[in-house]
Amino acid sequence: MQVTSSVRTPLITGGKTVHDVTEDICRQVEGKPSKSWLLGMGMALTAFGIGFIAVAATLWEGIGMWGLNKTVGWAWDITNFVWWVGIGHAGTLISAVLLLFRQKWRMAINRAAEAMTIFAVICAAMFPVLHMGRPWLGAYWALPLPNTFGSLWVNFNSPLLWDVFAISTYFSVSLVFWYIGLVPDFATIRDRATGVRKKIYGALSLGWNGAAKAWSRYESVSLILAGLATPLVLSVHTIVSFDFATSVIPGWHTTIFPPYFVAGAIFSGFAMVLTLMLVTRKLFKLEDYITIEHIGLMNIVITITGSIVGIAYITEFFVAWYSGVPAEQYAFFNRMQGPYWWAYWSMMTCNVISPQLFWFKKIRTNIAATFIISIIVNIGMWFERFVIIVTSLHRDYLPSSWAMFYPTVYDMGVYLFTFGLFFTAFLLFAKFFPVVNMAEIKSIVKSSSEKQTA
Amino acid sequence: MSDSRNFVLGVFDDEDVLLSAVRKVRGAGVKIDEVYSPFPVHGLDEELGYKRSRLPIAAFMFGILGTSLALTMQFWMLGVDWPMIIGGKDFTPLPDFIPVTFELTVLLAAFGMVGTFFVSTDLKPWKDPKMLDLRITDDKHVMAIDLGQNKSVDAQTINSVLKDSGAIEVNDKEVED
Repeated sequence: MQVTSSVRTPLITGGKTVHDVTEDICRQVEGKPSKSWLLGMGMALTAFGIGFIAVAATLWEGIGMWGLNKTVGWAWDITNFVWWVGIGHAGTLISAVLLLFRQKWRMAINRAAEAMTIFAVICAAMFPVLHMGRPWLGAYWALPLPNTFGSLWVNFNSPLLWDVFAISTYFSVSLVFWYIGLVPDFATIRDRATGVRKKIYGALSLGWNGAAKAWSRYESVSLILAGLATPLVLSVHTIVSFDFATSVIPGWHTTIFPPYFVAGAIFSGFAMVLTLMLVTRKLFKLEDYITIEHIGLMNIVITITGSIVGIAYITEFFVAWYSGVPAEQYAFFNRMQGPYWWAYWSMMTCNVISPQLFWFKKIRTNIAATFIISIIVNIGMWFERFVIIVTSLHRDYLPSSWAMFYPTVYDMGVYLFTFGLFFTAFLLFAKFFPVVNMAEIKSIVKSSSEKQTA
Repeated sequence: MSDSRNFVLGVFDDEDVLLSAVRKVRGAGVKIDEVYSPFPVHGLDEELGYKRSRLPIAAFMFGILGTSLALTMQFWMLGVDWPMIIGGKDFTPLPDFIPVTFELTVLLAAFGMVGTFFVSTDLKPWKDPKMLDLRITDDKHVMAIDLGQNKSVDAQTINSVLKDSGAIEVNDKEVED
């Protein structure tokens, strides 16, 4: 029995019954792919193919193909890495943190958001792996393997190694969390299917039969996984920020980084979830499940985290001035007025000003406005990472080694490759897996429909 | 000797009716084999008299295992097997070991618990679930009563108890074991 406060608006509209939920979600999985899906897949595969040339060139010739130089040794690669990992924060945040807070509106979006998380983390991992130059030897450097394999033990004092553990744990725990949620829904598809399809979904559903005993354990597993995933989400971007914060580069060496990075990650992740969900909702006709209510609530999270990010920018500036350290002061002055001023001001406009528009309910509940702002936010968050990484590195303590960074076509190609990979994976997911968690949605159908008739 | 079980299946389409029905059927002295639902029904496990799952304990044990493995690994590698001077710091600085220890704790707790769940609930890709009713994964709750476990109550009484407590259908089903 689900009890919902009477002041809440119903989460499912259109007077759906439990059976309608099955029909609406399974229709996408069972039907032929639509024209728009094929078109999207064509575009994603094109990006994947073109990008793959850049990846192949990087692997064949080495990372000299990128625009890096002696001064700016990290640029687009790490920018894109942090950007994708940040995007990958929303999925587990929505399903874990909102589950602990008993926010039922998570139910319609958590499945797709978790899928997005998994694909985004795969895209993120591409960059450090490619940056190794010879990734096929990477296991010797990144994993604690015995000395006889060639090198010494890995350095457990290094944040870069912590990152290896954090990202791989985050990826595997998110994958398990997502899969556990999918099991009952695979069973639903299995019981409607015949032939090969029944065999495939039958294997995926692990023989789920919906017994009360199994549900009781399932609920217990979900709750504990949510409890484990919550500190995990926060730890991942904290550790990513340590990559910078533990170094002595001006503009990086600040204690504000962990909370600031986590807020930024949630900010960009929610924006990407909105971008994807607004399209999925339209294509798959899910307007009754992902309602304006959902969009408005997500926009509120964007405003909150966007404001935290804005306050962090201002705090950084204040601390740079107050510290009295000339190198630190110059780093921030250089961000605003130096050769990369345009990146800084793009970041400020996109991240600090645009989410404030959501204070207006008209904008917050407007689909077109939300779609545009969600994309602007992600552009802004890319510039944030570019500003932190490139403008801090290109002019540090030693003016004689100051330099500029210019991306090559291969930098752009590898970035394009990850877009192709991400959208190909997401479209495959959207076609062959149930995009909305049917079992969870069914549990709130009754409380939603009673409210509508009342 | 045929290994088949005879079930009476009470089909319900409302979770609240189902909960009160479980109470009534159990009150009438009928033993319920299992209730199958398309979604988790809160309070159903208590109504059926199931004990609380011990999976959280499994998660905790696996977590502790992860913590100790991670700490042992790091102290042994950098403290015993091949000490290295890194940045002039201690060979084994505990604060630096915390992130990896935390991650391995979470990793083992999650995978250990999920593995235990798969084993205890017998979830595996090659399992045939032997669904008693295909609508269970769609929109119907099915209360399965095994006649073999209810020798003292006759099938007629079970039927009428189910009907009285709100079942929309009562079916018989024979399942080969």
